[in-house]
Amino acid sequence: MSLAWYLLLLPLAVAALNFLLLQKLHTVAALISTVSSVATFGIAYSLLGSTASPEPYHWISIGKHSLDIGITLDKLSTGMMIVVTGVGMLVHIFSLAYMKDDSAKARFFTGLSLFMFSMTGIVLANNFIMTFIFWELVGLSSYLLIGHWYQKDSAAEASKKAFLCNRVGDFGFMIGILLLWNITGTFTFAEMALPSGLATGVLVTALLCIFCGAVGKSAQLPLHVWLPDAMEGPTPVSALIHAATMVAAGVYMLFRVQFSFPESHIFENNAGTIISWVGGITSLVAALMATQQDDIKRILAYSTLSQLGYMVMAVGLSSGEAGMFHLFTHAWFKALLFLGSGAVIYACHHEQDIWKMGGLLKKMPITGMTFLLGYAALIAVPFVTSGFWSKEEILSAAYHHNKALFCIAVFVAFLTTFYMTRLFVVAFLGKTKSDNADHAHEVGPLMYLPLVLLAGMAILSATKIGGLDIAHTLSAIRPEHHEHPSIVLLVSIGTLVFGLAAGFILYSGKTKDPLSLPLFRNRFYVDGFYDNFIVKYFQDAFAAIVHFFDELFINGLFVGGISRGAQGIGLLIRRMQSGNLQTYAAFLSLGVLIIIYLIVF
Amino acid sequence: MPSLNHYLLVAGLLFAIGLTGVVLRRNIIVVFMCLELMLSAANLTLIAFSRFYPGANGLPDIHGQMLVFFVVTVAAAEVAVGLAIIVALYRTRQTIYTDELTTLKG
Repeated sequence: MSLAWYLLLLPLAVAALNFLLLQKLHTVAALISTVSSVATFGIAYSLLGSTASPEPYHWISIGKHSLDIGITLDKLSTGMMIVVTGVGMLVHIFSLAYMKDDSAKARFFTGLSLFMFSMTGIVLANNFIMTFIFWELVGLSSYLLIGHWYQKDSAAEASKKAFLCNRVGDFGFMIGILLLWNITGTFTFAEMALPSGLATGVLVTALLCIFCGAVGKSAQLPLHVWLPDAMEGPTPVSALIHAATMVAAGVYMLFRVQFSFPESHIFENNAGTIISWVGGITSLVAALMATQQDDIKRILAYSTLSQLGYMVMAVGLSSGEAGMFHLFTHAWFKALLFLGSGAVIYACHHEQDIWKMGGLLKKMPITGMTFLLGYAALIAVPFVTSGFWSKEEILSAAYHHNKALFCIAVFVAFLTTFYMTRLFVVAFLGKTKSDNADHAHEVGPLMYLPLVLLAGMAILSATKIGGLDIAHTLSAIRPEHHEHPSIVLLVSIGTLVFGLAAGFILYSGKTKDPLSLPLFRNRFYVDGFYDNFIVKYFQDAFAAIVHFFDELFINGLFVGGISRGAQGIGLLIRRMQSGNLQTYAAFLSLGVLIIIYLIVF
Repeated sequence: MPSLNHYLLVAGLLFAIGLTGVVLRRNIIVVFMCLELMLSAANLTLIAFSRFYPGANGLPDIHGQMLVFFVVTVAAAEVAVGLAIIVALYRTRQTIYTDELTTLKG
């Protein structure tokens, strides 16, 4: 069996083992999961750049259509596997320390292993049906992990919200898969080709339906509401699932579609325009919301939304390479930022409000410095950080294709610098603002080691590291270097300077937020709108109709009707069982009379 | 000289009186007596047919008479068992009225 199959099956086996046998042996379960994640990283590393896809396993055939379970190995998938298993491995190690005292550690690591299995499935899938199956599986494992602390109401509701929002997108995704199947006649990526004379409208519809899946999973407008709430889950989960890998699956899947039609420039039509605008607006709106959040994890969550918007925009602009490149670099530094915030939260006794932190750079030098590197990568400090190179690709793609989106992207870059500076200045510099932050001290090596490694990747992942140029090995991911217009460089340096200046001037030495923008703080009232309008009028009205139908037909006529009928007949017949001998005798004689009547006449 | 029909009429009346008693009377001993009345009605019918349809030798039909003896014998045994049951019933339930004996009511 090819090595690639182990990549897929090892996490599944570990999840099953943990779930079935090791629910009580917490430390053993945690260690097994971690070891398996290290092993999968080893396998993924050895497969990097390999293009020898193993023979697919035949699954089902319906009529003349057959469906395989197969693995695609190419530059795209093996490169993405490095991200998934690499971040996954470091998150596993970090979790060993972060979840040390959790009473359900085994369940947590079972969830992580299940997630690793599902995510590997999405990345390696060679057909759309497999993608969809694993797509749902990551949704499930995300649900389980967000709701890890299900005793807390907010966590239970956040997990439900995430699942439901994803379902909305997934319905579109399913329709899109079937439409694309109808167009190309195959589910397998490698065999896809557009027939000649295809109406553009049909293709656009199919692509937009497929994009619905990405809207749900990658939390684009208008289904973005679940991602910030998903921060109720444990922080390592936020780092792995809701920053680095799962939410990027939408972008990966879109790029896989683009990659499957190399000749056709499949996004150069209205679908691409809509996708890029959705991405651009998401990145803008999310960045605006991030400027007014107080919860350290929520700021990072909105930042993730905003960066995902960038990637989606790039895909929509037919520059999926730039999007994937940004996905690749973003995964490392955003996982770093999340794990860093996890370390901060851990050290501050589960304090998440940045206005109650402060001065942490001195108290936690390693965490602080690594966070600083992640911050530098996110705001794209020119020439030294990985984030700069990938952001540059996206900005120049926008510059070439759509000037309006370029302006939005530049403004988002400014906002990114601004809100990250706000976060860093308030939480890490200045004086401590609460007792919890006063007592904070550096976390243990099990926690800062992953941070240091991720910090290394945050700086270096776009450049050559000692003969290993991961980003270049994935030339599918890393676009061939072409000259960017100098205006892009100028503008990005400008936004950086302005953002830093604005952030420092506004927030340096402050103890509470000098800006108050309720519109941004309340997330454009989108959640409120969903709760008070969509839920109230649509969901509740629909629920009332369904309830009425249920009560009247199902309960009243079918199930209830049959049972009530039986009950009525029973009541009637029961009268005959009077227990009185003479009644029986009377019935007997009546019966005899009837029989005689029937025989004689 | 009464004809067969007279006998059958009397037997029918007897049967009807017996059945009415069985169905309507509360006292279980009276019910029991009415049951005997119904048996007698059947016996009377048998005897009447035996008398009015003689066999080939001119004598009354032997089968009818024989059946009557069977019925009388079985009725005697039935009375013995039935009365014993009634006595036992009275001992346990302190009543012989049928409308008070409805333990099997559904």
